[in-house]
Amino acid sequence: MSLPEIEHREHYLNINYGIRSWLLTTDHKRIAWLYLLSVTFFFFIGGLFATFVRLELMTPQGDLVQAETYNKLFTMHGVTMVFFFLIPGIPAVLGNFLVPMMIGARDLAFPRLNLASWYIFILGGAFTLTAAAAGGVDTGWTFYTPYSSIYSNTHVALTVVGVFITGFSSILTGLNFIVTIHKMRAPGLTWFRLPLFIWAHYATSIIFILGTPVIAITLVLVGLERIFRLGIFDPALGGDPVLFQHLFWFYSHPAVYIMVLPAMGVVSELIACFSRKRIFGYTVVAFASLAIAVIGFLVWGHHMFVSGQSVHAGMIFSFLSFLVAIPSAIKVFNWTATLYKGSVSYDAPMLYALGFIGLFTIGGLTGLFLATLGIDVHVHDTYFVVAHFHYIMVGGSVMGYLGGIHFWWPKMTGRTYPEGWARLAALIIFIGFHLTFFPQFVLGYIGMPRRYHVYPPEFQVLNVMSTAGASILAVGYLLPLVYLIWSLRYGTVAGANPWGARGLEWQTPSPPPTTNFDTPPVVTEGAYAYEKDPEEIYTVRKPAHV
Amino acid sequence: MNLGFPLFPEQASTMAPRVDALFYFLVAVTSFFVALIFVTIVFFAVKYRRRGENERPAPIEGNFWLEVIWSVIPLGLTMIMFVWGAVIYFDMYNPPDDALEISIVGRQWMWKAQHPEGQSEINELHVPLGQSVKLTMTSEDVIHDFFLPAFRVKQDVLPGRYTTLWFEATKAGEYPLYCAEYCGTQHSGMIGRIVVLEPAEFQKWLSGGATGMSMADLGESLFQRFGCHTCHRGAGTPQGPALTGLFGKTVKLEGGATAIVDEDYIRESIIDPRAKIVAGYQPIMPTFKGLISEEGLLQLIAYIKSLSMPERAQSKK
Repeated sequence: MSLPEIEHREHYLNINYGIRSWLLTTDHKRIAWLYLLSVTFFFFIGGLFATFVRLELMTPQGDLVQAETYNKLFTMHGVTMVFFFLIPGIPAVLGNFLVPMMIGARDLAFPRLNLASWYIFILGGAFTLTAAAAGGVDTGWTFYTPYSSIYSNTHVALTVVGVFITGFSSILTGLNFIVTIHKMRAPGLTWFRLPLFIWAHYATSIIFILGTPVIAITLVLVGLERIFRLGIFDPALGGDPVLFQHLFWFYSHPAVYIMVLPAMGVVSELIACFSRKRIFGYTVVAFASLAIAVIGFLVWGHHMFVSGQSVHAGMIFSFLSFLVAIPSAIKVFNWTATLYKGSVSYDAPMLYALGFIGLFTIGGLTGLFLATLGIDVHVHDTYFVVAHFHYIMVGGSVMGYLGGIHFWWPKMTGRTYPEGWARLAALIIFIGFHLTFFPQFVLGYIGMPRRYHVYPPEFQVLNVMSTAGASILAVGYLLPLVYLIWSLRYGTVAGANPWGARGLEWQTPSPPPTTNFDTPPVVTEGAYAYEKDPEEIYTVRKPAHV
Repeated sequence: MNLGFPLFPEQASTMAPRVDALFYFLVAVTSFFVALIFVTIVFFAVKYRRRGENERPAPIEGNFWLEVIWSVIPLGLTMIMFVWGAVIYFDMYNPPDDALEISIVGRQWMWKAQHPEGQSEINELHVPLGQSVKLTMTSEDVIHDFFLPAFRVKQDVLPGRYTTLWFEATKAGEYPLYCAEYCGTQHSGMIGRIVVLEPAEFQKWLSGGATGMSMADLGESLFQRFGCHTCHRGAGTPQGPALTGLFGKTVKLEGGATAIVDEDYIRESIIDPRAKIVAGYQPIMPTFKGLISEEGLLQLIAYIKSLSMPERAQSKK
């Protein structure tokens, strides 16, 4: 059998070979690949930890692992998934690849800084993995004091150093995106012609830059108290343990929007492409992203309704949390309305996008229960919360991420993935996801606290359902790993624009040349001009001198 | 494996039906919106499915009034949730004045309770039916959380300060008590039960385990043992202010500020006496940090509180 060959021309993948050409590259597209490999690695490591957690929870007794081990497993699951997969996931992989291409630029504003941010990410990951290998950490990914700073006998310092370092890669990526989006848009590409993917990444970058330094400082303080017994959080040393929660959630709540805003950006692109329509209420959706980024900074106290903060502070945070829900609701309504009188196809990326809307809607609406003071008191720190944030982070972010990977795979590799398998995987993930996490809402309301190694027997049936769902979910996540790798060699040749999409990134060959565009484009239309021919949305700039 | 499982926890406090009613309201509202979105998406996706490769749907910009409608209606609904939830929350954190007071100390990994009459329990709490109970709680080490699912109440238990929780049980029986804030290795073993007894039964139980010493009595003996009475006696001395009738009052501090004498203030004055000096006194009191256990501090507080109750203050004069 002869393999399908991509036409012989120079592009970013074949311009040079060898390990140095990758590890020293400043091409944003190759750096995106470095990130793709790294976050995929961390995703499966985090998934492995989750597998053991779910297996342990099949029975009420602690029979698979000891309590210490269980506590380390859920901690390492959370730390790995949050800081090394979900936060960098879409921005550092898809954002890195697509931000310059979507705005008609040849690279990010600071290509070497971009490479540096990957090395910083890897260094942080190395510290955290070393901590895991040396015996792990058992504080929960939330590192609550004074347990983390004084009482835990595990590798807290090494882990927080890892997370601290990794934060700088987020800051640098955010900085790079903001400067690039401000300064390097193609002629004619005004702010309100930008794809919503760019708006979402702009909003995300604001959070990266404003939020990440706060978690960095907070983790330094935990380290100082742990190593030098400097009294900051432990009351026995004159500190305040609740202060840590304020500082931690000041970053970590907006971090949820770091995870979900880029996914919303991806979904906007997919819905538009597979209904061949401009996103309904484009401007509203764009500003909704910014509103989420800004209001998202003012709701951290909703993690602390039972922490002993004042009743009145609780009321203000509850009110603001309801406000931040509105822009998300508006987005969901606008995506739905985009389908109206569209030309809807069911390609795999669209299935992921519709799956995203389904799971994100449930995740978002269950967030209302947690914003409601009287209900949060009961469900706080139970499996209800665990279910809710997995619907947002796994249901939302991972569906968006996978949808995006499938959609831009032909652009990144020049080849298409096997469509049937991809649709099957999307379906398996959707079903497996609900079976895994829906029972946890019930578990939470009937009172099962989170982070429990052993639990009363009346909670078993729902836990078994959840574990069964997780095994289906695992199959759903392994499938794309297999067929995407397979497609690198055996996939059919995609061509420049297999979806008939209107984004600038589709108006250049696949895989793109190192410079992204053979000739720099001049944009003459807004994003999603599906009623026009692709050739009508931009013109080619006449070279100035030749 | 028991194949049946409950969908709702038992309702055993005055708060439980109120929380559940609000919960049902949210379930109804959110289910409606989930159904609305799902049905609309499926309907549109089928009705407007691509029928030919060359379809070019006419562009639709958006619709101002639709945006207004689907912003304002959710906003209105969430404001109902906000107010309703806030009212319940406010009541959850404002105990009635006549509540029975019980002290709770959490530590890795057990719960210790002490009743005003002096009875102590570990990982169990006996309370009377139909009487509001207020728990004053602290931790000896890390943050714990006192969670009673059947009562729908929960409160973090912090080291170095007091938090409170109150409830009124409405159904006799035994209900689970969980630690809900992750606190280390045996976090999931930091569980217990709360036993709700008919008032007569409760009185019987109270007298059954009686030591003869109430919490205030125990506090008084500590007060003598640590020599507190040398400065804080009778109407006070030049070294220390009088404590009789002090609890709940507002005192003037050096520097012009004022402080309300509550549990946290007394605790701080024993652990860190120089933090707040009452106007007119010298900062000469030594710290008792590390010398008195959390239970002891609660007993001292019970004693100082008792000096503000008419009968006790009378008998001491």
